[in-house]
Amino acid sequence: MIKKVRPHITQNEPLIFERSSPGKVGYQLPALDVPAVDPLAALGEENVRTEITGFPEVSEVEVIRHFTRLSTWNYAIDLGMYPLGSCTMKYNPRINEAVARLEGLAWAHPYQPESLSQGAMEVIARLESALCEIAGLDAVTLQPAAGAHGELTGILLVRAFLEGQGNPRKKILVPDSAHGTNPATAGIAGYAVQNIRSNDQGMIDLAELSKHVDENVAALMVTNPNTLGVFEENIVRAAEILHAKGAMVYMDGANMNALVGITRPGDFGVDVMHLNLHKTFSTPHGGGGPGGGPVAVKKHLEPFLPLPRLQKIQDAWTWNHQLPQSIGKVRAFYGNFGVLVRALAYILAHGGPGLRNATVDAVMNANYIRHKLRPYFDLPYDRPNMHEVVFSDDRQAAKGVRTGDIAKRLIDYGFHPYTVSFPMIVHGAMMIEPTETESKNELDLFIDAMISIAKEIEDEPEIVLKAPHLTRTTRVDEVTAARKPNLRWQP
Amino acid sequence: MLSACGLQSAEELFTQIPAQARLNRPLDLAPGISEYEIVDYFRGLADHTAAGYATFLGAGVYNHYRPVLVDTVVSRGEFLTSYTPYQSEISQGTLVTIFEFQTMICQLTGMDVANASMYDASTAVPEAAMMAVRVTGRSRVLVARSVHPEYRAVLATYAKNQGLPIEEFGYDAETGQIDLADLEARLDKQTACVIIQSPNFFGVIENVRKAADLAHAQGALLIFTFSEAVSLGILEPPHDADIVAGEMQSFAIPPSYGGPFVGTIASKEKFIRQLPGRLVGQTTDSRGDRAFCLTLATREQHIRREKATSNICTNQALIALMATVFMELYGKEGLRELALQNLAKAHYLGSKVKPRFTGPYFNEFVAEAPEEINERLLEKKIIGGLPLKKFYPELGNAILLCATEMTKRADMDTLAEACGR
Repeated sequence: MIKKVRPHITQNEPLIFERSSPGKVGYQLPALDVPAVDPLAALGEENVRTEITGFPEVSEVEVIRHFTRLSTWNYAIDLGMYPLGSCTMKYNPRINEAVARLEGLAWAHPYQPESLSQGAMEVIARLESALCEIAGLDAVTLQPAAGAHGELTGILLVRAFLEGQGNPRKKILVPDSAHGTNPATAGIAGYAVQNIRSNDQGMIDLAELSKHVDENVAALMVTNPNTLGVFEENIVRAAEILHAKGAMVYMDGANMNALVGITRPGDFGVDVMHLNLHKTFSTPHGGGGPGGGPVAVKKHLEPFLPLPRLQKIQDAWTWNHQLPQSIGKVRAFYGNFGVLVRALAYILAHGGPGLRNATVDAVMNANYIRHKLRPYFDLPYDRPNMHEVVFSDDRQAAKGVRTGDIAKRLIDYGFHPYTVSFPMIVHGAMMIEPTETESKNELDLFIDAMISIAKEIEDEPEIVLKAPHLTRTTRVDEVTAARKPNLRWQP
Repeated sequence: MLSACGLQSAEELFTQIPAQARLNRPLDLAPGISEYEIVDYFRGLADHTAAGYATFLGAGVYNHYRPVLVDTVVSRGEFLTSYTPYQSEISQGTLVTIFEFQTMICQLTGMDVANASMYDASTAVPEAAMMAVRVTGRSRVLVARSVHPEYRAVLATYAKNQGLPIEEFGYDAETGQIDLADLEARLDKQTACVIIQSPNFFGVIENVRKAADLAHAQGALLIFTFSEAVSLGILEPPHDADIVAGEMQSFAIPPSYGGPFVGTIASKEKFIRQLPGRLVGQTTDSRGDRAFCLTLATREQHIRREKATSNICTNQALIALMATVFMELYGKEGLRELALQNLAKAHYLGSKVKPRFTGPYFNEFVAEAPEEINERLLEKKIIGGLPLKKFYPELGNAILLCATEMTKRADMDTLAEACGR
């Protein structure tokens, strides 16, 4: 039975271009306080466009209605649980939005004098030091704009260090359970990728790892807890195997929400890692960004961090652009500063004990879901999990219903789907990450929904196969979208 | 909940973590503070910045008015707190806004297709260069010295590790435009692409067609980048370019000490399968109604893994939404009028402080200035232009001055007076 939602009316809304009519405007500009300039004379006839063909012409009220109507077609954390495994969709406190919009921070120009930027630089310094403490590492750069960008930065640091020793090496090892960004990053950083098979528990197989680690290996990219939501119990030993051959351990910090305050990557052998501020530190996902992908490193990698580096000279912050061993810049200026402000606000609000409590709650919520759903769904790796749990559709597949179908049916019950078909080492994966900000009440509704769907699959699988039924848009034809790409409106 | 899990205490949740890896002390971070204390703390920091100062800084980050409606829209939880729109049925709102963004980027730039967003222009430029390398099968990259120095720095970082040789070509000391003879001399059959910016870092408008003709004659692609999107309200779009990789910060995105911004990559239709990043396409749902979804994912990292066109995943969706709201509010007439106001302000300033280069300029130009001018202006709560010595030692004490619709005539008069002294 569907308890959480009932259908309601949503407004239709065309594309803005279809609303457009000549002469309508939604803007105001002040009267010019200087003489107008003839563009043809100032710029030259050949440089001046006649008009922006097709650009919309609408009124202000049409704009606000356009976006408000569109917004009602979206699901969001503010509407309910968003159990996307690996994505850490937790509540985004609005205080973080408010402080990021303070004029002195939001309107700070990256080239304004350092004497007028001390407040902004203090934000950066304080966040750097908090993240070092949380990661158990020695230095951090806040320049990378997102997780994948952080991965690239981290691997470039590894490369620069190894080059300094005379040989950048050729290969990056990536477990078969890794996020897709890991191998893609290794490729962009100029490395060959060697995939490493997991053992029958979905963990790093030390024997398999040892076989591949030699003087050609630059680093292992590992996610911990891994994408099954399980802590890599052999991580310390794995790190020793790599270090013995002069290779490094890169940790994908996507799952850091399971570790904060309980264990620190720097303490279990990690040399370099990125953190996802838009996951663990609750800066909003915004429909796909902006994120923040700080990279934390051990001492030996610090000289290679991107330019510029913040330093304090005589009680004032200053940017040091003169670091000969640096990999250079990975992004203009100093990173997604507005995201950094939000992450720092989150850390200050929680404090050390609060961050640890959040981890405990996140892990408890995921284990609660595992215990409640294990009678109904196949659990291919049945062991205590951390912040997320991965089921498979094995039992339901017998009725012809797959993980993607169950996900779509969840929508009718008022939930965003879990992560579908990932990690790839689990056939028909259903990856569930509740996060710490869901109450027991919301978790129970989710569990009820999953159990109810499992029963539907037994009794009338058609309902699930054709879901969702209650949304304003039904199943979308993605095949045609890819076969005949239509990526822009045309009159 | 513990008992439902068969546990006695929360600590048992972590028994799988080996003892040697456990943190056996509290994090060395202060206890949490209340909402009021957080506001108070950040207000204190914000007071130690340049709030209340007038500014002539541009150089890739521009002060433009942000219509109130922009934050009204992006503060809606349905946009702010949603994930990447993989689940089309409950993400149509975000998908439509991205489709509109892609369309308007095409309309502005004269390109056929545009992606959902890049981090910013500094990272879009190297992604565009790597795209040109894939398309042409060549590896050499030529970049104008008049391209933003930070974009060139990021390009150098990416290129080094891809083994792409990068070479810079010069600018004309009189006009400030690219040195076409230098470009022509450096172009060869190994050149994958030529990268130019217009208005360039000096604010000068380039001759895109001539650069494109030279590049194309050698079979290289022309990559066009821009940092001042408002210029596209009045300037001819770069039809002759093959790939456009630009910065949309000017469209209602606060300077925010350098980010988050939003970059864009657009190109000719034939390069569509080499575009990096996310793309939204139009299709239908099972009832036959118009619907949108992420598409051409076979280029992307979660499908292609190490063979992907880019490793980009999370990008800048909410910031792209700011730019989208801005473009729809200003619209066809508004963007032109905004551009004309910028042109008028900068040319008023240019009538008082002589531009160093003779090439046409939009809202920014290089000027000679006394060395200590910025200190003098700070006393009047004015942040002067960007000293260029750090990036271009040959320009001596020159500064880069920018005027936008938010620049007041009185401040320009004060600046002119200080320059003249």
